[in-house]
Amino acid sequence: MNQILQMRGITKHFPGVLANDHIDFDVNEGEIHALLGENGSGKTTLMNILYGLYQPQEGIIIFDGKEVKINSPLQSIELKIGMVHQHFMLIPVFTVVENVILGIEAEKGIKLDLDKAREEIRHLSHEFGLDVDPDAIVWQLPVGMQQRVEILKALYRGAKLLILDEPTAVLTPQEINDLFKILRDMRSHGTSIIFISHKLNEVMSISDRVTILNRGKVIHTVNTKDTSPSELARMMVGREVFLHVDLISQETGDIKLKVENLKVLNDKKLIAVNDLSLELRSGEILGIAGVDGNGQSELSEALGGLRPIESGKVFVNGVNVTNKRPEIITQCGMSYVPQDRKKHGVVIDFSLAENSILRSHKSKEFSANGFSRKTKINEYADDLIKKFDIRTPNSQVHAKTLSGGNMQKLICAREFSRPHEVLIVVQPTRGLDVAAMEFIYSSLVDERSRGTAILLISTELDEVFSLSDRIAVIYEGKIVGELARENFNTEQIGLLMAGSVTH
Amino acid sequence: MKKIQIIEKREQPRGRLFSLLLIGISLVIALLFGAILILLANKNPIEAYKSLFYGAFIRKSGIIETLVKGTPLLIAGLGMVIAFKANLWNSGGEGQIYFGALFATIAGIYFKGLPAYIHLPLAIIAGGIGGCIWAFIPGLFKVYLNVNEVIVNLMMNYIATFFIAYLCQGPLSEPGGFMPQTARVAETAMLPLIAPPARLHAGVILGLILAVIMYIILFKTTLGYEIRAIGFNLSASEYGGIKSKKIMLTVFAISGFLTGIAGAGEILGVHYRLMDGISNGYGFNAMVVAILGRLHPIGIIASSFLFSGLQVGAAQMQRVMQIPNSISDALQGFVILCLIAVDIFMEYDLVLFKNLKQISRQSS
Amino acid sequence: MVLDRILTLTFIVNLLAATIRSAAPILLSALGEIYTEKSGVCNIGVEGQILCGALTGFLAAYFTGSNLFGFVMGMAGGLLMSLLFAFLTVTLNADQIVVGVTVNIFAAGLTSFIYRVIFGVTIFPPATKPMKEIFIKGLSDIPIIGQVFFQQKPYVYFVFLLVPFLSYLLFKTTVGLKIRSVGENPLAAETVGIPVRLIRYCCILFGGACAGLTGAFLSIAQLTRFMDNMAGGRGFIALAIVIFGQYNPTKAAAAALIFGFADSLQTCLQAVGLKFPEQFLRMAPYLVTILAMVLVSKSVSGPASLSKPYYKE
Repeated sequence: MNQILQMRGITKHFPGVLANDHIDFDVNEGEIHALLGENGSGKTTLMNILYGLYQPQEGIIIFDGKEVKINSPLQSIELKIGMVHQHFMLIPVFTVVENVILGIEAEKGIKLDLDKAREEIRHLSHEFGLDVDPDAIVWQLPVGMQQRVEILKALYRGAKLLILDEPTAVLTPQEINDLFKILRDMRSHGTSIIFISHKLNEVMSISDRVTILNRGKVIHTVNTKDTSPSELARMMVGREVFLHVDLISQETGDIKLKVENLKVLNDKKLIAVNDLSLELRSGEILGIAGVDGNGQSELSEALGGLRPIESGKVFVNGVNVTNKRPEIITQCGMSYVPQDRKKHGVVIDFSLAENSILRSHKSKEFSANGFSRKTKINEYADDLIKKFDIRTPNSQVHAKTLSGGNMQKLICAREFSRPHEVLIVVQPTRGLDVAAMEFIYSSLVDERSRGTAILLISTELDEVFSLSDRIAVIYEGKIVGELARENFNTEQIGLLMAGSVTH
Repeated sequence: MKKIQIIEKREQPRGRLFSLLLIGISLVIALLFGAILILLANKNPIEAYKSLFYGAFIRKSGIIETLVKGTPLLIAGLGMVIAFKANLWNSGGEGQIYFGALFATIAGIYFKGLPAYIHLPLAIIAGGIGGCIWAFIPGLFKVYLNVNEVIVNLMMNYIATFFIAYLCQGPLSEPGGFMPQTARVAETAMLPLIAPPARLHAGVILGLILAVIMYIILFKTTLGYEIRAIGFNLSASEYGGIKSKKIMLTVFAISGFLTGIAGAGEILGVHYRLMDGISNGYGFNAMVVAILGRLHPIGIIASSFLFSGLQVGAAQMQRVMQIPNSISDALQGFVILCLIAVDIFMEYDLVLFKNLKQISRQSS
Repeated sequence: MVLDRILTLTFIVNLLAATIRSAAPILLSALGEIYTEKSGVCNIGVEGQILCGALTGFLAAYFTGSNLFGFVMGMAGGLLMSLLFAFLTVTLNADQIVVGVTVNIFAAGLTSFIYRVIFGVTIFPPATKPMKEIFIKGLSDIPIIGQVFFQQKPYVYFVFLLVPFLSYLLFKTTVGLKIRSVGENPLAAETVGIPVRLIRYCCILFGGACAGLTGAFLSIAQLTRFMDNMAGGRGFIALAIVIFGQYNPTKAAAAALIFGFADSLQTCLQAVGLKFPEQFLRMAPYLVTILAMVLVSKSVSGPASLSKPYYKE
C-alpha cells in the first residue's frame, strides 16, 4: 500500500518541554489513522508541525513520495493537506462561503467572485452529505455545523490528507455518528485522514490503524482490528487508565446547595441554562455529565456569582444567594474551582502568596485597616504549598512559573482551605498529567468524607463515573435525567447526553 | 533554506536588575541618536552634551530648575502609574493639570483670611479635586458605557485648554489687567520656597512624600492588591470578589487627584497665577516618565528628574549653542521607543550570532 | 442683529464649503486608520504621523517648488514614522497604545527640531506656493451646490473620491476579505495561508501614508506653512471618526463632515463677528467627538482582535 505521509525523527522543543521526541509516523493512502494520546502527549504539536504552524528542530517529512519542508500553512495547503483544529479556525462574522474561500479566493479582476464558490460549496456539501448553507453567518451555526464548515474548507482545497484534532470533544453522540459517516465517505473517495483523539472507543470504531503517543514519544503503531481498548489504554498512559477511586458509601446530611428553576443566558443572550433544579447534600458528590457546551459553563458561573441569573433561586446553606456577589457567596460557605485556570483561577502575574488569598484578601486574617498583613499571608501560603505539595522554589515567585498541575493544586489549596460546606468543581483535571489527576481525585474524596457537599461538573465521563454518588445529565441547559451510583450505566447516560431520552 | 532564528524565548523571564540594565542601554542608544541630531544641526555633540549636563545637573541654578521642572512630572507621573497598574489609560493628564491649576487658583484667590497652614493644604486639595473631577468623567464613560478612555481623555485635554483660556480672558481675568491671566493667589496659599531666593519650592518635598505614599498604597494595602489584580487579570479579579467597576473609578479618581495636585503645585509654587500654557506637555511627559520608571513609584522619582534635567539642559544647550531645545522631546520619545524595543530581551535571548557561527562552522 | 448676518445665503454657502474643506484632511487620516484597525491594529500615533508628513511635505514643496512632490514626500514622511510603529507593535508585539503615545511625543519633538535647525527662528515664516481651487466645469456654475461642492482645492476632491474606492476595496475584494480576516481572527487567517504580519504591516504603512498626506495637505495646501504641533489633535479626532463611522469608509465620510461642520462653524461665526467666546466654539469638535463616542458606544463593535498583538509560541 502506498504511503501518503512519512514523518521521520521529528523533534520539537519548547522552553522547558520536549514536546516531540524523535517521532516516526506514517499514513497510508485512503486510511483513517488515529493518533492517540493523553493531553500533553504531543499529538497537537506533531500535527501543527505537519501543518506548517511550527517548525521542528530535527526530522524530515516525506509527502506523496517527495521530501518536503513545510514552513507555513500555505505550503501544506499547496501539498493538499487540510486540518480541522480543535478550536475552529473560523471568522465568526463571515459567512460560510467567505470562510471557505478565504486564502484561495476566486477573483474577477480584483472583485471577489462568490457565485462560483457558492456553487462548488453546494456541490461538495451535497456529495459528502454535509448539508451546509453557504450563506449562513458562521457564529449563528451550531457547533456541529461549524465543524462541517471546517471540513468543507479542507475539501474545497482538494485535501488528500485531512487532519482532525479532537473533533468529537464538542459533539453530541448523534453528531459524532454523522461525523463518522462523513469521514468514512471521504475515505471511500480516497482521502487519507488523521484522527487525533484521547477517547478509546471512538478510536476503536473509526480508525484503520492507531499510533499511540506518550510524553512526546511514539509507543507503538497497531492495526485497530488487532488491538483492544484496554491494550490501547495501557500503552497510552503506561499504566491502567481508569484511576481507581475508593468511594466508600457514607450517610449524607442536610441539603447544602439548592437550585430552583434556574435560568441563565450565555454571552450571545440566548438561554443556556433552562429551568434547572437540583439539590446537593453534605457528604455527597453530584456529578454533572454532559457534552461540552450544554450550559455547564453558564451554570457554574451563575452558581459562583460570575454571571447574572435571569430567574430562579440558589440557596447555599439555606441562604438565598441568587445574584449575590462572588465574595458574599464565599462567605455563605461556597468554594469554587473554576473551569479556566488562567482566566479565572489565578492572576498569573501575582506571586503564589498573593494568589493564595484571592477572594479572602479582605478578610480579617489577611488585612488590617486596609493594609495587607504580609507576614500572615506568606505564612499561610507556605503552609498551603507544604500541605498540597505544590512544586515551587518559594511562595514569592509568579504563578506563571507553575506547571498546569501545580497551578491547579494552588487553586484547590486555596479553595479547600477556606471555611466551606459547598464545593463547586468544574473540569478539575483538564490538561493535567496522571499524577496531578490522582492528587485532585483523592483530595476530592477527602473533602467528601469531611462532609462537604460537592458539585462536580465535567465532560470527562470516566471522571464523573469514578467520583460521583449521583450523576445528573445536562442537555441543552436542562437536567434530563439522574442516576444513583448503583444504577450507573454508560448506555443509559450516553442516551441522556444525546438528548434522545427524557427520564 | 533553513530560517535563521534571531531570538529565542527564555524559560524564565529575567530579573529586575536586568530590566534596569535595559534602561541604561536605551539611554545610551538615545544619546547616540541625539548626537546624530546635533551633528545634523552642524554642532559638536560632545560640546553640546557637556553643556546639557552642566546646565541641568552641575550648575546650581540648573539643579534647582531641574527639581522645579521635575516636580509636576513626578507627581503627575505617580498618577499615571496607578492608572497603568490597573491597566487603564490616563491620557488626559494635560487637562487634569489645567483643572487642578484652576481649582487651586480659585482656592488661592477667593479663600481669604485663612492662616497659611490651613489655606495652603486647602488650595492643594482643591487642585486635587479639580483633577479628580476631570478624570472622573472619562472614567464614568469607560466603566458604565465602555467608551474608550484613551480618546475621550485626549479630547478632554483640548476642552480643558480652551476652557482655561476662556476663563483667563473672561470671568477670571485679573481686574484691571491686560494679560490673559488671573490675579495672584494669596500669600497664605503659596508653597514656601526651600532656599529663597531660589525658585525651588516645597512641592518637591510633597512629591517625594506622595511617591512613598503611592508605594505603600500599591504594594502594602488591600486596595493596591485589588488595583494590581484588575490590571493583571480582570476576569480572575471578578472571580476573586473584587468590585472592578468601583476599583476602576477609584483609580481614575486617585490618578486625577494626583495629576490635579501637579497642576496646583505649578500655580502655588511657580506661577502664583493661572494663565495659558502652564502645562506645556506635562501630562504626556508624565506618561513616559511612568514607563521609564518601570511603573514603580521609586523609579518615577529618578525618571522624572532625569527627564526634567533633559529639558533644562536642552534649554541651556539652546542658549549656549543655538541647538533647538525641542531636541529634548525627541530624545524623551526616543528613549521610550528604545526601551520598548530592548524590553523583548526580558523574555527572549539573542541567538542570532550563535546560530550564524554554527552555520559558518557547518559550511566550512 | 447677529442672526441677520448668519441667516444669509453667503454665510451658509461659506459654512458648507468650509465644512467640506476642513473635513477632507481628517477624513483621509481616518480612512487610513480604518484599514489599520480592520487589520487588528489601533494606531494612536496618527497625530505624530500627520506632523511628520506636514514637515517632510512642506520641506519638499518649499525647496523644489513643486506642491505635488511635496505631497509625495509627505506620504513618505508619515510612512516612515508608521514603519517605526509597525516594527515595535507587529514584529516585537509591544503594546500599541504605549507605542502610539510615545510616537506622538517623539514626532512632535523631532519635527520641531528639524524645522528650527533648517529655518531658525523667523519673523516671516517660509511659505510654499498657495494652491488654487479647481472649478469643475459645468458643475461649479450650479447655484449654491456648485459653490459648496465644486469650487474646492484639488485635494478635497481627491479625498472624497477615495471613499467609494476604499469602501469597495475593503468589502468587495479579496484584499479586503484578507484584511478583515486578520483583524477578526489572525490565527484562523494564518492557517489558511494569509500572511498576518505582512498584512498588518501593509495596513499600518497605508495608514501612515494617509496620515502623512493629511499632514502635507495641512501644511502645503491649507496653511502654506509649517508650525509646531500643527496637527492640533486631528489625528485623535480621526481615531474617533473611525469609531463613529463604524469602521466603514462611507459612514466615516459622513462622520468627518459632522466634525468639519463643528470646526467650520467656529471660524465662520468668528468671521461675521459673533460676540461669543471663541474658545467655546473651538471646543466644539472635541465635544462632538466625546458625544459621538458615547452615542455609538452601545452599538459599535470593532474587529474582534483589535489592539491584540498576534504571536504564536
